[in-house]
Amino acid sequence: MTETQTQQNVSAEVMVELRNVNKWYGDFHVLKDINLKVYKGERIIICGPSGCGKSTLIRCMNRLEEHQKGDIIVSGITLDDDLKHIDRVRRDIGMVFQQFNLFPHLTVMENCCLAPIWVQKKSRRDAEATAIRLLERVQIADQAKKFPGQLSGGQQQRVAIARSLCMNPSIMLFDEPTSALDPEMIKEVLDVMVDLAHEGMTMLCVTHEMGFAKTVANRVLFMDAGEIIEENEPNEFFDNPQSDRTKLFLSQIL
Amino acid sequence: MAVYITTPSPALPPPSNSVGVLGWMRKNLFSSPANSIFTLIGLYILFRTIPPTIDWALFQADWVGTSRDACSGEGACWVFVTVRFQQFMFGFYPPSEYWRVVVAFSLVGALVAWLLIERTPKKGLVGIFTIFCYPVIAYFLFYGGAFGLPVVETYKWGGLMLTLILATIGMFCALPIGIILALGRRSSMPIAKSLSVVFIEFWRGVPLITVLFMSSVMLPIFMPENLQIDKLLRALIGIIFFQSAYMAEVVRGGLQAIPKGQYEAAEALGLSYWKSMFFIILPQALKLVIPGIVNTFIALFKDTTLVLIIGLFDLLAVVQSAFADAKWIGYSVEGYVFVAAIYWVSCFSMSRYSQYLERKLHTGHA
Repeated sequence: MTETQTQQNVSAEVMVELRNVNKWYGDFHVLKDINLKVYKGERIIICGPSGCGKSTLIRCMNRLEEHQKGDIIVSGITLDDDLKHIDRVRRDIGMVFQQFNLFPHLTVMENCCLAPIWVQKKSRRDAEATAIRLLERVQIADQAKKFPGQLSGGQQQRVAIARSLCMNPSIMLFDEPTSALDPEMIKEVLDVMVDLAHEGMTMLCVTHEMGFAKTVANRVLFMDAGEIIEENEPNEFFDNPQSDRTKLFLSQIL
Repeated sequence: MAVYITTPSPALPPPSNSVGVLGWMRKNLFSSPANSIFTLIGLYILFRTIPPTIDWALFQADWVGTSRDACSGEGACWVFVTVRFQQFMFGFYPPSEYWRVVVAFSLVGALVAWLLIERTPKKGLVGIFTIFCYPVIAYFLFYGGAFGLPVVETYKWGGLMLTLILATIGMFCALPIGIILALGRRSSMPIAKSLSVVFIEFWRGVPLITVLFMSSVMLPIFMPENLQIDKLLRALIGIIFFQSAYMAEVVRGGLQAIPKGQYEAAEALGLSYWKSMFFIILPQALKLVIPGIVNTFIALFKDTTLVLIIGLFDLLAVVQSAFADAKWIGYSVEGYVFVAAIYWVSCFSMSRYSQYLERKLHTGHA
């Protein structure tokens, strides 16, 4: 997929909008006046030193964390204390975690079907058909009857991606999806994510995989101390960073 | 200079003295001089105690007869137990109605076996029947008062029958109440949380004997004349509240052991609080605390003997009352051994089933 094709997939429809979002953990100001618009089909990579608030930022988007000031609007729904709003937003956003967080007492298939059956009220047959299709897509359909504990880390993370996709989300959040993996398993997970990007999924991904960022991202955000310091398209970001903090960070990880 | 291997080394069998019976004995019984001495001392103690016990309980024992004249005095005299067997089982329940108790227990035995044994069909239906229909059936069988069954007042209930009724109802009620209390205690809602904490800390903080005394002696004084609750029911409620407080803390231990990521993954998928608890958190938490739950069950089963202090004749009380019979003075050892054997078999079975359950539910994760 070429650069121009990738650009074409992005439409003018805003999927996620953050307006002056602020969050504190006790006295600690973890997100400072964040403003961000994510367009449909956009792939955004968020990077930054540890503790900069990048995970907190995406966890606010499906209300795993609560923000205290500002507005977060996802697919036209404002996230507030209303449980119905939170519920609708979560149905529209899939999330993949660093530690996979598969349900260890359920098989791969049951992991994938639980939410479609009990949240979306799909029939078991429909849910299983969708699950098999998505497990095939992440190349793990042959393990459907196994328990997560019997799979490798890379396989578990691919199941976790399939589980999120089973809810047919329009936005996917990835919170350091390859950080807990052994080096030889990182590629199999990134391949799945690249595929997903090429199919036009709106993605926000916290990662330090700069090769992946260069391949799929429309935009790279660099955060430090709760602020978005720099925001650019990937080639410019890596070749020609503007702020000193970005330069320092890139010199440390590359 | 580079060093490398061209073919993998073959796997060799372990040395012969580390496997088999000899290997096992070497490793577990005679691994050091001190260990060998302890093994020999242990074997000697077993040799001196086990054969005489078996001799007393089985070979020299008297089994048949109708009075103490049948006892030879060389071993145990089980005639004491056989003569009074029906009373030990049913208390003062009218003999003509024994069949009702037998039917009720056989039915619940069959239902529970159906639910516990693997690969039986229609578990859901049988489960619903057991939870919702069986208690009604059992009530009319035990108490009567409908379908032409004469009423048998609860003060006539006794023996093993009463022990089993107290223990079974106690277990079936204490677990769900305990789960609700544990969830309440971890809830973010202040009212649910404080109610649960107060309930748990109150019932856990008083001895069961006090609870039973309060329920049987104090409560009637404060209650109006026309609102007298059955003594057995009062004791039962006391036992249920007391044990559910313990159960709540066991379950809470399990809930706290579940990683935060499990809650987050369930939330991120859009599962509501109750659905994520029911499908994700509780199955894992309860599996983790099976040993604790069974521990509480076993304690509950044995604690039911305490009802003898408020005048209910459970198994132990009935057997003890039989010692007072002038015709059978001096045979309390047989009585106690009989009671102990019943308790031990029951508790050991629960323990074994819990171990089987843990193995069955193991899915390859920590």
